[in-house]
Amino acid sequence: MKVNGANHPAPVDPRRLLSDHLRHDLGLTGTHVGCEHGVCGCCTVLLDGAPVRSCLMLAVQAEGHEVTTIEGLAADGAPLHPVQQAFHECHALQCGFCTPGFVMSVVGLLAQHPSPTPQQVDEGIAGNLCRCTGYASIRRAVSRAAELSAIPSPALAGEGEGEGGTEQ
Amino acid sequence: MTTRWFGKRVQRVEDDRLLRGHGRFTDDIDEGALESYLIRSPFAHARIRSIDVSAARAMPGVVAVYTAADLPFGQTDLPILIPHPNLTHGRTQRCLASEVVRYVGEAVAFIVSESRTVAEDAAELVEVEYEQLPVVITPEAAARADHLVHDDVPGNVAAEMIQEVGTVQAALAASPRRKRLHFRFERGAASPLEARAVWARWSTSEKKLTVYDSTQSPTSIRGGLAVLFGLPESSVEVIAPDVGGGFGPKIMLFYSDELLVPYAAMHLNRPVKWTEDRQEHFTAVNQERGQVHEVEVGYDDEGKLLALDVDFIHDAGAYTPYGIILPIITAAQVPGPYRVPNYRVRFRDVYTNATPTSPYRGAGRPHACFVMERTLDAIAAELRLDRAEVRRRNLIQPDQFPYVLGVAWQDGNTAIYDSGNYPALLEKALANLGPRPPGDHVGMGLGMYVEGTGVGPYEGAHVQVLVSGKVVAATGIPSQGQAHATVWAQIVADELGVDVADVQVTGGDTRRFPWGVGTFASRGAVTAGNAMHLAAGMVADKARRIAADHLEVDPVDLELVGGQVRVKGSPDRGIPLAAVSILANPVRYAFGGGTEAATQFSAKTRPGPPLHEGEQPGLEATGYYSPPGSTWAAGCHAAYVRVDPKTFRLEILKYVVVHDCGRVINPMVVQGQIEGGVAQGIGGAFYERLHYDSEGQLRNASFMEFLMPYCTEVPAIEIDHIETPSPLNPLGIKGAGEAGVIPVGAVISSAVEEALGVPITEMPLSPLKLFELVKTQS
Repeated sequence: MKVNGANHPAPVDPRRLLSDHLRHDLGLTGTHVGCEHGVCGCCTVLLDGAPVRSCLMLAVQAEGHEVTTIEGLAADGAPLHPVQQAFHECHALQCGFCTPGFVMSVVGLLAQHPSPTPQQVDEGIAGNLCRCTGYASIRRAVSRAAELSAIPSPALAGEGEGEGGTEQ
Repeated sequence: MTTRWFGKRVQRVEDDRLLRGHGRFTDDIDEGALESYLIRSPFAHARIRSIDVSAARAMPGVVAVYTAADLPFGQTDLPILIPHPNLTHGRTQRCLASEVVRYVGEAVAFIVSESRTVAEDAAELVEVEYEQLPVVITPEAAARADHLVHDDVPGNVAAEMIQEVGTVQAALAASPRRKRLHFRFERGAASPLEARAVWARWSTSEKKLTVYDSTQSPTSIRGGLAVLFGLPESSVEVIAPDVGGGFGPKIMLFYSDELLVPYAAMHLNRPVKWTEDRQEHFTAVNQERGQVHEVEVGYDDEGKLLALDVDFIHDAGAYTPYGIILPIITAAQVPGPYRVPNYRVRFRDVYTNATPTSPYRGAGRPHACFVMERTLDAIAAELRLDRAEVRRRNLIQPDQFPYVLGVAWQDGNTAIYDSGNYPALLEKALANLGPRPPGDHVGMGLGMYVEGTGVGPYEGAHVQVLVSGKVVAATGIPSQGQAHATVWAQIVADELGVDVADVQVTGGDTRRFPWGVGTFASRGAVTAGNAMHLAAGMVADKARRIAADHLEVDPVDLELVGGQVRVKGSPDRGIPLAAVSILANPVRYAFGGGTEAATQFSAKTRPGPPLHEGEQPGLEATGYYSPPGSTWAAGCHAAYVRVDPKTFRLEILKYVVVHDCGRVINPMVVQGQIEGGVAQGIGGAFYERLHYDSEGQLRNASFMEFLMPYCTEVPAIEIDHIETPSPLNPLGIKGAGEAGVIPVGAVISSAVEEALGVPITEMPLSPLKLFELVKTQS
């Protein structure tokens, strides 16, 4: 399994969820677990570039696929990914627990719709729950992320980025 | 140039690591910890006949299984956090139940193992034999007392309290018009997206207990653990790391796991962690809001209130660990921004076989607001008056502050509104709401509220300028997303004349600041914010004294600007703050970083000892702020909604908020608090219902069936402010954390009532509820 561009050995425990494998076996604790039944979206990661719930998948099912987590969007010390930057500018996070899931969903959304309509924005984030912000700032952040993504900037492309990241 | 940070939309300093996935939530901490699982009661009321854990203990990978019999504190009743003379029959649970369980989710046994999956497998081997007992599940059933939750609590009544201002019976009798009303509010749940978690380590060599806890009050947890385990407080460290939302119920002493995890870590001498899953969070974590209110109101032909009599029962759940704070808040907050010349309120706090209650964002106020606002709407309807006009005629006027309510407040004092301008809130909200949108089944809703915020007893802060000139600041209260690290930095940066980026804040870590109370009740900005202001001010004064000595000028002629302490009007004459920090600590041995300037042969000679009498080393100070009473925020919400007459789907066409929380530290943060609060209010008003059946089983304990709003249910919210500074604290601020949520139920009800023409007297609503109401009426 490839995670954030690096190869990792196959998970040992066949009943290990992908979310638990990422968090507890690979130490990628940026992927959060809010409900473990696929409703809250906190555990969203990209599987071959498309957003998926990592709590609804077994880790072994990710074998042969490329997984991108929040840690894979921008290398340490590098500038934030445009979606991360937009969330910062628009105060689209408070406690930060749902944030990695939202960011990954929005990366997936913008890969599909680089200039989303308001309805596409709502559809793109309608699978993620946030209990802090009331979503208004997240909607603003998606629009801002689309603007930022349209600006070519090599510095924004993080190491080992999955498909659908900052493709122009 | 002096930069004022206070009042600016300063971008958050805490975002970067959270956005990169580098946050540190309790379950992110591992360090080889054993994992654990709590076995909980599947019944709402049952006698435990026997518990057999032998098979679980024998399972490979299981390290320990604890029942009450295995704990030295197994027979200790957990504390009543806030005792009150009227709480005559307060009852708390034990860490693990061994005789009777009184709600689904009450903890019975605790398994520690090499992995969580092993612990969950072992749980299936634990045999608990229960004898089911009759269940009491609604507040009405509790008050009827057909069955008792506690054998020794007659009538299921934990507490009763009656308060009266004026003479209500006489005033009602003399009122030209009277009305009796009945309002019901069901339980709700805060549902932070991070459930609860605890991680603990015991160091045998240092005799030190370290606990990470997703709590809103690490200082209290530390005190409690020290008492329970007989350790000096200095040997117990409690840290609330990043906490994924709190909204109230993460403040409790104690949830069972908060004792069991540290105890097991000490007992087994290995780190132990426990992470709650979502299903258990639904019944294991405190809830709120269940209340039933009987109202009699007297008023005149102009719609002016003459007397108000409110009698309500509060659903306490199975135990009363949090005392009677919730009904006390409701009792005090019913009158809201209105003059009620004669007011009597009685409440009874009754036991039910449900999860105990403690504050959830709003804490007694959404129901209080619902009662008052629905009552005013009923008066307006009766008199065929405009709803805004009825409110206008009853509002407390700006020249009537301080306004003495005369009813007990949650801090032990009488409630006194410190400042406000309620008519301005109303008029601004109406203006911002604008004309009614066209179409059928559209209703307008209106709701006003006050909120006692910034409750004591106190908070403190420590501020230190390092020899590098950078600043560190710490307070006891933790953040659950309220941007504390940013707003405290703004306050400190203003006092010290430095950049916000140069102030690093720590909260909720008893190693850095051991004193304080917690983050709750919209109090952080008022209490810890003012403590930061006072501590930073003390540091600035000290910097002026030291720099004045060095520059041979009068301290009053100095200012702190741009990282310098300099002479006012002579920007060239100054000394860097870093240098002042070095001089503040006379050293014998230089340790780099420029500290040679403070050694005995380098420092400027001056009479007297190196450390002046009464002076402490270091450019640092600790300050405390203890409010004389609560400061009262207020606001007005108004909305247009459309209800589909066939599907009863709710569409919020426009929602406006006008808010007054005194002086605003960071408008971006306050906007976020209000937007989030309103969204939670919308959830509570129309979507989120805890569906308990007659057996006390929560039938919708998952996010599939407990419907929290997604973005598709929450409209854009238009926010406006007025500012009436609080005269009670140096910064003039009032709390803003809960305001957004308080009036939403009242506003939505008012609007739906008009849209459909059916009376709305209960919360929450739902499409099904509206369908039934319309059907009943026709």
